Amino acid sequence: MKINRDVVSARWDMIKTRFAIYMVLVGMIILASFLSPVFLSPRNLTNIARQVSVITIMSFGQTLVIISGMIDLSVGSVMAFAGIMSVSTYVATGSILSGVVVGILVGVACATINGLIVTKLKVPPFIATLGMLTAARGAALLYTEGQNIYQLGDYVMLGQGSIFGIPTPIYFLVGLAIVMWYLLNHTKFGRYTYAIGGNEDAARASGIRINRNKLTAYIIAGAFVGLAGVLFMSRVNAGLPNAGIGYELDTISIAVIGGTSITGGTGSATGTLAGAFIIGILNNIMNLLGVQSYLQQIIRGTIIVMAVAYDSFAKTRRKVG
Amino acid sequence: MAPLLQVTNISKSFPGVQALKDVSFTLHPSSVHVLCGENGAGKSTLVKIINGIYYPDDGDIYVLGKKVHINHPLEARRLKISMIFQELDYVENFTVEQSLFLGEEPVTRYGRIDWKTIRRDTIRLLDQEGLPYAPNTRLKDLSLSDIQMLEILKAVSLDAKIILMDEPTSAITDKEIQRLFNKIHDLRNKGVGIIYISHKLDEISQIADEISVLRDGVLVDTKPAHEFNKDLIISKMVGRKIENVYPKRKHRTPGETIFELEGLTNKPRFRDVSLHARRGEIIGISGLVGAGRTEVARSVFGLDPITSGSIKIYGKKVRIRDVPDAINNKIAMLSEDRKRFGLVLERNVKENVSLPVLEMFFKNGLNMARFEQQTVKQMCKKLNVKTPNLATLVRTLSGGNQQKVVIAKWLLKNQDILILDEPTRGIDVGAKFEIYKLINDLAEQGKAVIMISSEMPELIGVCDRIYVMAGGNITKELERKDFDQETIMKYSAIGMEI
Repeated sequence: MKINRDVVSARWDMIKTRFAIYMVLVGMIILASFLSPVFLSPRNLTNIARQVSVITIMSFGQTLVIISGMIDLSVGSVMAFAGIMSVSTYVATGSILSGVVVGILVGVACATINGLIVTKLKVPPFIATLGMLTAARGAALLYTEGQNIYQLGDYVMLGQGSIFGIPTPIYFLVGLAIVMWYLLNHTKFGRYTYAIGGNEDAARASGIRINRNKLTAYIIAGAFVGLAGVLFMSRVNAGLPNAGIGYELDTISIAVIGGTSITGGTGSATGTLAGAFIIGILNNIMNLLGVQSYLQQIIRGTIIVMAVAYDSFAKTRRKVG
Repeated sequence: MAPLLQVTNISKSFPGVQALKDVSFTLHPSSVHVLCGENGAGKSTLVKIINGIYYPDDGDIYVLGKKVHINHPLEARRLKISMIFQELDYVENFTVEQSLFLGEEPVTRYGRIDWKTIRRDTIRLLDQEGLPYAPNTRLKDLSLSDIQMLEILKAVSLDAKIILMDEPTSAITDKEIQRLFNKIHDLRNKGVGIIYISHKLDEISQIADEISVLRDGVLVDTKPAHEFNKDLIISKMVGRKIENVYPKRKHRTPGETIFELEGLTNKPRFRDVSLHARRGEIIGISGLVGAGRTEVARSVFGLDPITSGSIKIYGKKVRIRDVPDAINNKIAMLSEDRKRFGLVLERNVKENVSLPVLEMFFKNGLNMARFEQQTVKQMCKKLNVKTPNLATLVRTLSGGNQQKVVIAKWLLKNQDILILDEPTRGIDVGAKFEIYKLINDLAEQGKAVIMISSEMPELIGVCDRIYVMAGGNITKELERKDFDQETIMKYSAIGMEI
């Protein structure tokens, strides 16, 4: 039957576009293992996971914000500010838990300010978070008087430690990936987020409280960023007020490589996870092969654009035929 | 005379559907060839192939007897083919002259855009057509019908010999339709061939020289217009006979008043609007585009503010500041612009339908997926939504089915007061009948239905009472026994120059 065959081929088309990103990831792993014998060693693999965990967690937050049809340019600065405050709290109290809580709260506070400026003052997200990008960095530098904080003691366990031979950041990474996936696919908040990003007018006319949902998206993303700040400082065993410069663009590219539409409405937790590992593995293999670091930047830039170009190409083809 | 355009044995399939099957068809110069058929019959696909938007899987196209390959709209333009789309795409911040010459800007010797020539030609074209606005008017300050006229003007200025029109009257009023028809006659007399897609049988008889009927991708009949009549067209379109355009109501005995507006005002859009609707009653709001009908609906639904006046639900004064307030007061609204306000096109059928009723499918924060799936499925079945499955993206559905998805949304919500703004816009006869029946059923169930429509016969056929609006005011209230097109028209035009 003609119709059935067409339906099957349509489904295959859909699978091809939807899973393209995972195929790219698998392809890269295979390619990398041929290019370097070291690549598949457990030590190297855990290394990659440890390296990408901080940026991936931040990218989850960015994904959520972008799906809602907004953007957060302040993630790098807020991450540094939250990390600094967390480290200082730990140094003052000696309590890791207080340090973690403060880090998350600072992330949430900055995100709340972003969210309120966007929803109440109607400032475009790009501008509002651009302001926060500058201000949070300033706050971090002001608080530390521009100095790094060293000698963090047990605090480093969060970023450098291992449980059952698996680095602690990976537990956070996996846990938050599950949280993200659940939020997006199995909660009202997630459904509303997709609807708002896909068509804000229609979402409003369906009775969804747009502003509340947008604010929530920022706040959840802020918590992720705050925790990322804690893990970052812990991993480098220092409080660096200048950490995370340029992370806003890294998180955006990871989200977009992972299939998040920059105009909102589409994206997924697993896609972003895959996007982060694609970038992580790319960096890793280039380092293993000794590719010169400036050249690495050119290759990374090319890959990002190619990934998105492939995605929109696949989508337009689907639209026409 | 050689035919202007001839397509032979055209076939085109999309994943999951055979859109056109072995279609052959001829357009002669100086004639209006109407294509009719239900939604998804393949009309739009056919004209899009002629305009180079799609490429056929099979078959040939001849222009003036010469075989051509049209694989891009620019190629179509070169062959003097122009298309006027159903949904006008335009840059609202552009001026009349900018949009008229978009893509065709004359340049000076040094490659600079020659604005002087553009201005001169624009004025000439506007004068020729008797269009009263300045060349530097921005499109956002014009009506849809004016913009459509500009599109036609553009086709004329490009010296098009073949003009394709895809449901050009779906968004304009009766008076504007007349203006469009005059223009079409004009063009025909100058030798232009026009392919005209329409659902509206009344207008077809007014302008058609030839009629072709498509059904499920197959061209079932082509004849000179005088050999067709309305019933014949309908029976060819649906493959069966439709006895009545408007379904019968069992009884018309309204209950108590559950919805009331008192002096509702939102300056400058509408003033002092008072009306009421009772249980089991279908009221209509008639008027020309721009009379303030949609604006009243939007304010009642919390999408726009209210400057004064009040809304009473079940006799109690309520405050509606946003959509959730309106929903809590048992109001639902179907927007006239379903793509903008009704649907999230990139999400699937299930998510769209359950959007306003999502609480229903969540218990303690957990999604009851199976319950949701079944509820939505039942509703879609009841409304006869044609979709491969519930995971299908709404974007891929036809207009009528998209409209049913929006209706399904609000039916699940089970509100008492339903505001339907142009519920049958752009959908075919068969689907219209289904929607009228549904409206009747809703009234039977004791809901109050408020229907806004630009099609007078539809309001007269369906409603119990009609309010007429003009210039932001209610100018007349008519009981069913007093329904009459001329009276409605008269009160629609109050305060306007005709």
